[in-house]
Amino acid sequence: MLNLFRIAIRNLMRYKRRTFLTASLITIGVVFVLVFIAVSGSFRNMMVGEITDSFLGHMQIHKKGYVASIDTLPLTMNMGTQAVKKVEKAISEVPGIEASSMRIKFGGMFSNFVETTNVRLNGVYPEDEIRTVPLFPERIIKGDKIIRKGEILVPELLAKGMKVKVGDMIVVVATNRDGSVNGKQFTVGGILESATGPGGRDGYIHMDDALEVLRMDGVEISEIALRLNDFSNLDEISGKLNNILSTELNKEGKPAFEVHTWEKLSPFYNIARMIDIMTLSIKVMLIAIVLISIMNVMIMAVYERIREIGTIAAIGTLPKKILSMFIIEGFSLGVLGALIGNIIGVSAVYLLNISELTFNFGRWQLLLMQ
Amino acid sequence: MSLIIAENVSKTYISGEITIEALRGLSFQIEPASFISFVGPSGSGKTTLLNLIGCLDAPTSGTLRVSDADVSHLGRKSSADFRGKNIGFIFQDFNLLPVLTVYENVEYPLLMVQDTPAIERRDRVLSLIDSVGMIDQKDKYPDQISGGQKQRVAVARALVTKPKLVLADEPTANLDHKTAYMVINIMKKMKDESGTTFIFSTHDQKVVGEAEMIFTLEDGEIAGKSAPGGNGHA
Ligand SMILES: Nc1ncnc2c1ncn2[C@@H]1O[C@H](COP(=O)(O)OP(=O)(O)O)[C@@H](O)[C@H]1O
Ligand SMILES: [Mg+2]
Repeated sequence: MLNLFRIAIRNLMRYKRRTFLTASLITIGVVFVLVFIAVSGSFRNMMVGEITDSFLGHMQIHKKGYVASIDTLPLTMNMGTQAVKKVEKAISEVPGIEASSMRIKFGGMFSNFVETTNVRLNGVYPEDEIRTVPLFPERIIKGDKIIRKGEILVPELLAKGMKVKVGDMIVVVATNRDGSVNGKQFTVGGILESATGPGGRDGYIHMDDALEVLRMDGVEISEIALRLNDFSNLDEISGKLNNILSTELNKEGKPAFEVHTWEKLSPFYNIARMIDIMTLSIKVMLIAIVLISIMNVMIMAVYERIREIGTIAAIGTLPKKILSMFIIEGFSLGVLGALIGNIIGVSAVYLLNISELTFNFGRWQLLLMQ
Repeated sequence: MSLIIAENVSKTYISGEITIEALRGLSFQIEPASFISFVGPSGSGKTTLLNLIGCLDAPTSGTLRVSDADVSHLGRKSSADFRGKNIGFIFQDFNLLPVLTVYENVEYPLLMVQDTPAIERRDRVLSLIDSVGMIDQKDKYPDQISGGQKQRVAVARALVTKPKLVLADEPTANLDHKTAYMVINIMKKMKDESGTTFIFSTHDQKVVGEAEMIFTLEDGEIAGKSAPGGNGHA
């Protein structure tokens, strides 16, 4: 083996320029792919992190059918006290869930006493919400980074359109489940930056205020958002939760709840998928380039060395061994290029890392503006 | 027992419409430890015959036995095995491997064809390089030595596996007269030292004087057989 390697290396050294060119090609390919994977991967993870950590949560639990009709925010599909208890029990049985936040979602009218418009609101328990989506406070671009009773966080587009500022008084009017209308005054506590995905342009109020506006006696919950200790356990934990919750049946004998991971809830999942597919196809392309260029060089080498092959074959070298000589030579060439490529690529990625990719953040904003 | 027994060996090449009868029913025997030459003009079938004896090609008809084995119908792998164990080769163009030094070229068959233990390998390689007078050049590469020197290295390489038979197809064709004689003499000397049979072909009558037996080939047939040098010891 050692000697096959020695001969392979000497043969590579024999055509220095060609070896150099081929190895460089492989090197450039590897560097390009490494940097691409690193940048697209970090972009992807950052986007996913932004989405899950700033409003969506890693997972959400609803009453069956809620997500399908989420556009109308139907109050009739909320979970009652009994249902919430069941879900809380299920959550406590599955390890690895760091936090959960109950939300009541409803649509209403938003009035600044001059104009009126529609608004979608979330009633939340602030501490639970912030533990479940820890980047939420960062979305509050004006005002204190907190949700107080009697205050409302207004989505930035709405605030702009209705010309409201922090500290202004506004009125929220909502129709409750049995059709009667109720209103409540709020102080604008903060302005919320928009985010892509369902609920990304909602306003926020305290749960108690929401129950008051909706004139609810007990707690009613539209969705429960979950945060995991370890995001990579997403599929495992959602599977477990699903198993437990699917035993709970509604009156029609169908499962009463539905568990969705962020992937099912956010349109960015498709972009993330696309990034994954692009990364994969670029890897495949790299492998193809490497293999083809090596094959090309090796075919050339075989034709150039027909005489030498004849000589060693005549001497009694087995065909298998002659073949392995060329394979080892091609392999060494590939390894050489890949090795240099990895060294350069990893250092490039390292440099990009320490130079702080503000570029990524720019892309994130760009995407938000679409 | 003869080392080589050829009975009615023929070789016909067919290329398209044309068939060429390169060898036409040759029969001969060659004894162990002899120094044999096949002489004949270009195209007379010398290379074809040596390729058959060397198991690089198979006869179209007839039987050919080398060292008690019928080599008329060997497969690719078994013929490679057979060559590796029994036959050494010397080529007209020397055919040393350019990426290996003199020492490594001689060592090659012991490493790549046979699996000789390191110490024995070293002893054999060094003593053979010494015998052909190349010990001072053992670390040079083929492009750093002359044609005659290359052929001496090739002789050492052919003998390093201790084969029963060494085949040399026109080993002196690319050498000047003086060097050609020297190479033939070295082959003769190595034959005396090792007891290996040497068969070489040539179209040059002047270098066959050292052969113990000369077969003359003409148009694929043996036209004559003579023993000029007796047993070769003057
Ligand atoms: N591979 C081949 N295909 C077709 N004809 C061949 C081949 N090799 C040799 N010949 C023919 O066989 C005859 C003998 O050739 P060869 O054995 O090479 O003679 P020599 O070595 O004595 O010059 C020649 O007529 C040559 O053209
Ligand atoms: Mg010839």
